[in-house]
Amino acid sequence: MFNSTHSAPPPFWSNGPAPGAFYNFPGTVAPVTNPITHTQSPVTTSTSIVSITYDKGVLIAGDLLASYGSLARYKNCPRVIEINPNIIMGAGGDYADFQYVKSFIEQKIIDEDCLDDGLKMKPKSLYCWLTRIMYQRRSKLDPFWNNLVVGGIQDGVPFLGTVDKLGTAYTDKVICTGYGAHIALPVLRDALDKKPNLNLNEAKQLIKKCMEVLFYRDARSYPKYQLGMIDVDEGVKIEGPISVEENWNIAYMT
Amino acid sequence: MFRNQYDSDVTVWSPQGRLHQVEYAMEAVNLGSATVGLKSASHAVIIALKRASSELSAYQKKIIQIDDHIGITISGLTADARILSRYMRNECLNYKYSMDSYMPLNRLINILGIKMQHCTQRYDRRPFGVGLLVAGYDDDAGAHIYQTCPSANFYDCKAMSIGARSQSARTYLEKKLDELPSMALEDLIKHGLRALRDTLPPEVDLTTKNVSIGYVGKGTSFKILEEEETAPFLALIEGEERRGGSGGGGGAVEGAADPLRESGDEGGAPNRGDPVPQVAMDTTE
Repeated sequence: MFNSTHSAPPPFWSNGPAPGAFYNFPGTVAPVTNPITHTQSPVTTSTSIVSITYDKGVLIAGDLLASYGSLARYKNCPRVIEINPNIIMGAGGDYADFQYVKSFIEQKIIDEDCLDDGLKMKPKSLYCWLTRIMYQRRSKLDPFWNNLVVGGIQDGVPFLGTVDKLGTAYTDKVICTGYGAHIALPVLRDALDKKPNLNLNEAKQLIKKCMEVLFYRDARSYPKYQLGMIDVDEGVKIEGPISVEENWNIAYMT
Repeated sequence: MFRNQYDSDVTVWSPQGRLHQVEYAMEAVNLGSATVGLKSASHAVIIALKRASSELSAYQKKIIQIDDHIGITISGLTADARILSRYMRNECLNYKYSMDSYMPLNRLINILGIKMQHCTQRYDRRPFGVGLLVAGYDDDAGAHIYQTCPSANFYDCKAMSIGARSQSARTYLEKKLDELPSMALEDLIKHGLRALRDTLPPEVDLTTKNVSIGYVGKGTSFKILEEEETAPFLALIEGEERRGGSGGGGGAVEGAADPLRESGDEGGAPNRGDPVPQVAMDTTE
């Protein structure tokens, strides 16, 4: 009974967790604890916004395409909108996020109308408010994947500002987002250096030129676009769809 | 102990259709020292009579700044006023943070009215025992004086006075009503001081110690004048013959067409037409 023919004694602790590890109960599968990441990249995207202030207002242009990556998926997606008689807005990036942002901006405008005190939101306020929202979402690691461009008339003076998905915001006389920041912005800056105070017609011609160049150069663009206008005298107008004048003659070797 | 059997709870009606607790709270406003508010097209002024609780204590502060463009003066329970002023400051700051502009005065008064109304309709609360005169200037709506009551009513006023013996001040202001819109700031302050002086008993007079003045206007942030700064304005009305000063009743009245108040829905859109007074003043309520 007490002879010592046994070899090694059984271990004190079996089936337990190894030191430093979690125990998995039998018959269960270890849960996948990775966080949700599908909101951290865009799906249905739209491309650049091109915008400019002129002496008495602001123009914002954006084409009508929404893409799945490089696939031109939807060809009639408006993304230049009127917010109220003081404000217009353009958006690039994830189209679903834009639609959601649009819905709660509209709700805010409705709430304000319901107060019935005759006050209308001004573009600087919307720009500031959107900056707070965009920054809060990026801080939750769930950003709205958009570049928002807010234009309008602030106490009789044209206003133009932008905020991106990180909550980075700035105001300027010309703002382009996405591919346009590389292609169209230098064109507009150059024009503004030569003539700082444009009138409506000159501004429109510039936007037209930029949308044309962008269509040729940006592979995610589309030859139909909308042009949002807000003017001290004329108020808000969203024009379009406007077609880019295409010329592919140069594409043929002769 | 109780004036009648229907006043033990805020939410209990009397058979006459009155809420006695709310009415008692309205009386608390009349216990505070008098305060006057008046406005021109470009400026709003509030002037308050300060009291010291004893010979040894300092004079109790009566004017509180809410934001660059809003200030209030209080009559009633000071502690309640501090709760309300903290709330108003908070709302103004939050608005400025998210909207990058000053909170419109009418919107502030609206949400304040909602906050005050809640406690008149809950059995576990009591009404705020304080009345406020809110002076503010909006770039869009211009200068405004709002009066708020513990009953959670609020009024957009041309000029108003609340607090002890404030009826005399209102009588004075009513006489000056037509001149007010075109007045310069200095004249507004002068008339405000005269109105306030009318609330005093004959043996007391306005001094730099017991008066504070607040004003706000076009291009001017809200500013409170205390002590020495009030001296030049007090000097302007010094030596004038004092009027009756019979004191008269306490609080500003409910309902009735009041010439001091702006017409139209209470707290409604600014810039409505001027009212046509029907009766001078009803002091029975």
